[in-house]
Amino acid sequence: MDEMKDVILKYVKNEYLEDEDQEIGYDTPLISGGIVDSFSMVSLKRFLENKYKISIPDDKATPEAFDSVTRIVVLVNQFVK
Amino acid sequence: MSYTATVKHIYEDQIKSIRDAGLFKQERFIHSQQAADIEVEFPPGAPSKKVINMCANNYLGMSSHPEVLDAAMDGLKCRGYGMSSVRFICGTQDIHKILEDQITDFLGTEATILFPSCMDANAGVFEALLSKDDVMIADRLVHASIIDGMRLCAAENDSFKHGNMEHLEEKLRLHADKRLKMVITDGVFSMDGDTARLDQIVALCEKYGAMVFVDDSHASGFIGKTGRGTHEKYGVVGKIDVITTTFGKALGGASGGCVSGRKELVEICRQRARPYLFSNTIAPVVVAGVMRVLEILSQSTERRDKLERNTEYWRRGLTNAGFILKDGDTPIVPVMLFNAKLSQDVSRDLFSEGIYAVGFFFPVVPQGQARIRTQISAGHEIQHLDQALEAFIKVGKKYEILGKTKQEIIDRYGA
Repeated sequence: MDEMKDVILKYVKNEYLEDEDQEIGYDTPLISGGIVDSFSMVSLKRFLENKYKISIPDDKATPEAFDSVTRIVVLVNQFVK
Repeated sequence: MSYTATVKHIYEDQIKSIRDAGLFKQERFIHSQQAADIEVEFPPGAPSKKVINMCANNYLGMSSHPEVLDAAMDGLKCRGYGMSSVRFICGTQDIHKILEDQITDFLGTEATILFPSCMDANAGVFEALLSKDDVMIADRLVHASIIDGMRLCAAENDSFKHGNMEHLEEKLRLHADKRLKMVITDGVFSMDGDTARLDQIVALCEKYGAMVFVDDSHASGFIGKTGRGTHEKYGVVGKIDVITTTFGKALGGASGGCVSGRKELVEICRQRARPYLFSNTIAPVVVAGVMRVLEILSQSTERRDKLERNTEYWRRGLTNAGFILKDGDTPIVPVMLFNAKLSQDVSRDLFSEGIYAVGFFFPVVPQGQARIRTQISAGHEIQHLDQALEAFIKVGKKYEILGKTKQEIIDRYGA
C-alpha cells in the first residue's frame, strides 16, 4: 500500500508540478487545489491503468476520486485483483 | 416538462453558488465604439464613464478603423447582410473564397477554410482530422476552445507541462506507436502572454513524425517581423501543419475564424468539420472588413511596429514602478498580484481612476497566480500609457505593493 502511494505521488510530482520547489503530500488536494486539471486527469488514469493492469470505468474516474493520492490509492485498490 | 419551481430552484442554486464563489461574471456596457478611449456604464444604471481601455484584444486598433468601416459598408451594400444558408448549399460568395486565399497568402500556408469563429474552428478540427488510432498532445495551458475540441475527438489525448520540451519529447516517445500524432499549442498564451517555442516544437515533431497545430489567435497580425504570427517569429513559416486563428482580435475584432494549413487537412475540414457543415459562415459585411484589414497589414508594418514600441514602453514603465510582471515580449502584460481579492480590489480602484483593466484569478489562472491582465494596442498613444501608468502607481502605492517581492505580497495578502 505504502509503495503504491509513493509510486503515484512520484508520478504526480513528475507529471504535473510546474514548480520544482512545490511540496505536495499524500493528502494534498490535486483537482480542487488546481494541481491537476480535470482534462489532464486522463493521463493520470492511463498511468494507473497501465501500471496496475486495471481498467477504471469512466463513472468511477471522478474528480473527487482523483483529488488526492490517498483517494487514488483507495480507488485503484477497488480494481486490483 | 414544464418549468416547475423545482427546476427553477436548481438553476437558482447554481447561480447562487457561482456568486458565493466570487465567480459571477457581470458585463460592463460600452456606449462607444471599441477603441483606446471608451465610455463604460458600470455598474448597470450608472452614468457612463470615460476610461482608457487596457483589456481589449484590439491589438492593432483596427476594430473601428475608418477604412475597415468603409469596406464593411461596401460589403454590406454589394453582397447583402446574410447568407441564409450553410457554405455547401448556397452560402458561399466569391468574397468568402477571396478571403480564404488572402489568409493563405498572409499566413504562408497552403489553403484556408473559414469558420463562424475560432471557437468553432477548434471545436471542429480535431474530430475531422483524427480518430481513435491517433493521439493529441497539448500544452497544458492551451485555450479552453481547444480542450473542448479535443473532448469531441475520439483520438487519445495527452498533455505536456507548459512550454516544457523535455516533457513533450517524453510524451512523443510514449505515443510512438500511434498512427497519427498531433502536437497542439497556442502561439501566444492568452493569460501569461508568453509564446510557444515553435522552432523547438517543429524540430521535435520532425524527429518523431508528428503534426504541429498552433492556435495563433493572440498573434495573427502582429507577432513576427511582418505580423504573420508566432511561426514567423520563430522562423518556421510553412512548417506548421494546422494554424487556427480568429478575426475577433487583431484582425478587425468582429468575429469569425479559420483553419489554415496543409491543403489535404483543410479539404478534410471542408468535408467533415461539423461547425463548418452545420452553421452559416461569416457574414459578408465582416468578410469585407477582414479583407480590408489584411490589405492594410500587408501594405505596411507600421501598426505592428507601433504596438511593439507601445508594449516595450508599458512593460518598462510598470517594471520601473516596481510591479511584478510575467516575462514576455507580447502585448499581453500580466501584472502579478497573486491574491484573488487583491486583483479585484486593484481592478475596481483602477476603474475609479479611469483605467479599465480586469483582474483574473483561480480557476481562470492557477491558484495563487491572480493578476491584472493588461493588453496593449497600437490604438494607444503614449499619453494613454502615461495616464494608465500614473493610475497603476497610485493604486499600487495604496496597497503598498510597489517594489515588493512575490513573497512579501503573499505574506501580506495571502496567495
